[in-house]
Amino acid sequence: MPETAIAVPLERTDARSEPRWVRGLLIGFTILFLTVFIVLPLVIVFAEAFARGAHAYLAALADPEALSAIKLTLIVAVISVGLNLVFGLVAAWAIAKFEFPGKTLLISLVDLPFSVSPVISGLVFVLLFGAQGFLGPWLQDHDIQLLFALPGIALATTFVTFPFVSRALIPLMQEQGTAEEEAALSLGASGLQTFFRVTLPNIKWGLLYGVLLCNARAMGEFGAVSVVSGHIRGETNTMPLLVEILYNEYQFVSAFAIASLLALLALVTLVAKTILERHLDEGQRPSEH
Amino acid sequence: MSIEVRNIVKKFGDFAALDHVDLTVPHGELMALLGPSGSGKTTLLRIIAGLDWPDSGEVAFDGENALSRAPGERSVGFVFQHYALFRHMTVFENVAFGLRVQPRSVRKDEAAIRARVKELLDLVQLDWLSSRYPSQLSGGQRQRIALARALAIEPRVLLLDEPFGALDAKVRKELRTWLRSLHEEINVTSIFVTHDQEEALEVANSVVVMDKGHIEQIGTPSDVYDNPQTAFVHGFIGESIVLPVEVDDGRVRLGDTPLNIAAERGSSGPSKLFVRRHDMQISPCGWGGLEGTVRRVRTFGPIQRADIVVSGNRGETIIEIDVPRDRELRDGEVVGLQPRRYRIFADRI
Repeated sequence: MPETAIAVPLERTDARSEPRWVRGLLIGFTILFLTVFIVLPLVIVFAEAFARGAHAYLAALADPEALSAIKLTLIVAVISVGLNLVFGLVAAWAIAKFEFPGKTLLISLVDLPFSVSPVISGLVFVLLFGAQGFLGPWLQDHDIQLLFALPGIALATTFVTFPFVSRALIPLMQEQGTAEEEAALSLGASGLQTFFRVTLPNIKWGLLYGVLLCNARAMGEFGAVSVVSGHIRGETNTMPLLVEILYNEYQFVSAFAIASLLALLALVTLVAKTILERHLDEGQRPSEH
Repeated sequence: MSIEVRNIVKKFGDFAALDHVDLTVPHGELMALLGPSGSGKTTLLRIIAGLDWPDSGEVAFDGENALSRAPGERSVGFVFQHYALFRHMTVFENVAFGLRVQPRSVRKDEAAIRARVKELLDLVQLDWLSSRYPSQLSGGQRQRIALARALAIEPRVLLLDEPFGALDAKVRKELRTWLRSLHEEINVTSIFVTHDQEEALEVANSVVVMDKGHIEQIGTPSDVYDNPQTAFVHGFIGESIVLPVEVDDGRVRLGDTPLNIAAERGSSGPSKLFVRRHDMQISPCGWGGLEGTVRRVRTFGPIQRADIVVSGNRGETIIEIDVPRDRELRDGEVVGLQPRRYRIFADRI
């Protein structure tokens, strides 16, 4: 009878959802994992940095060596992000909008820096520009200092962070196709006008997204920079390198103070990334269909 | 403006999209390029617009070489198949784009641009949408905005790539009528690409039928329908009954049976007999050799439709014809078939 059928309490209202205890277990496990592996380390970084109070923290940051490391990191980030912005845009443009032989190879090459260990990337530059390296003697003859100086560090960082911008742009540009550019051209726009009025606005969120991730990695890069920097105190130490040196010298407050800046950078990046992703989702809604 | 296309060849790898194509479009024409996909019609349109370049051949606007000019210098309005509206701009800015990118020396001032955009949006009856973004419009609205944007630069020729392809049937019908009247109003030389014969025959005043990179026939809609020049055109436009036949010096045979119809004098070899469905009628057996067996009869409303099997040397052919209700047909009955009008085209080797 229908009445009895209705009277039976339904434990699971939706056949597609998991039982409550399974859901609880999954969520609980995820939260536990995140707490132990991500939240706890982050808290410890700040706790250690402020272990002797705010005064010691600020003093650690005001140390000339720390200031020099922060300055160097910022300069390197500006150079490598700037270079990769241009390279990435050009590479993505070429790959997404043109057909040419060797395109597949180029796509793989663009991703190469991601699949090579950063230490190896650094070593490549040592082998190229080092005293016993391929171009080393020529550089010495002309009195050009690449390794153990700003240019080497910037080069290595640029290499390691190369894929971020192009990777963010290639799928976006491929999906958008060339129809809007063609429309602009047929309406009389020049190549530059087409780029600045049509192409760039269409990819601006993707471009910012790539730049953001590129910047985060450029500032945090350790392996490649460690190989080419030479660790000259107050000269060629970036923030991640300084953290290691200070830690090894048992200067925990100073080490964690610098580390806290990098952690802050990560948090800011995370927030900005979330905002950009929201814009990307909106911008990607195709105008056709 | 008149357009002349001379001896255009365009290859994509080994595939010849256009194979020595010649075409003249007189001033004020509303022309349809009609053909199946892969026939080269869109490629031809893009070459005229300057979005593709031919491997050889010439394109001239009013007698002047157009190939040496960039797309923006040809004053061509192009409406893309999927509209290609600028997604980050409002409807107003989309239409204004062509006016804003003009060189400073000829660019209109802001007030004149606003007035012109308003005028165009009125023309396409969508001025109330001017602050919307393309993603907020329906397909038919996007189509009309794309048209308004193309018209903003006062083009001397308007090119439309499958203008109604992505729209549903009802909107498509409305837009067709609307496009015709718009053309009468502004009278700019227009070419549109379509694979829909009804669209081509109904909207255009001249139809170019294309297949495999060739132009098969150019003519008025009634011309290409009533007097198809090639087997392809006969088969592609309108419904046709096609029978494989043998022609021997003007005499036509179906299998071994001679037929009481004549082909062109002197023609020989395997050919195809084309008859419009409404031109084929049932006749008593023995009329002239063309006979078939009734396979299946269905009636709906005033129409009785029958599948009739005709056998020849090259196997059986099933043809479908309409028969008046008062003529009773039984399955398995052998009937004579008489074409009122027919065409015979030799097979292309």
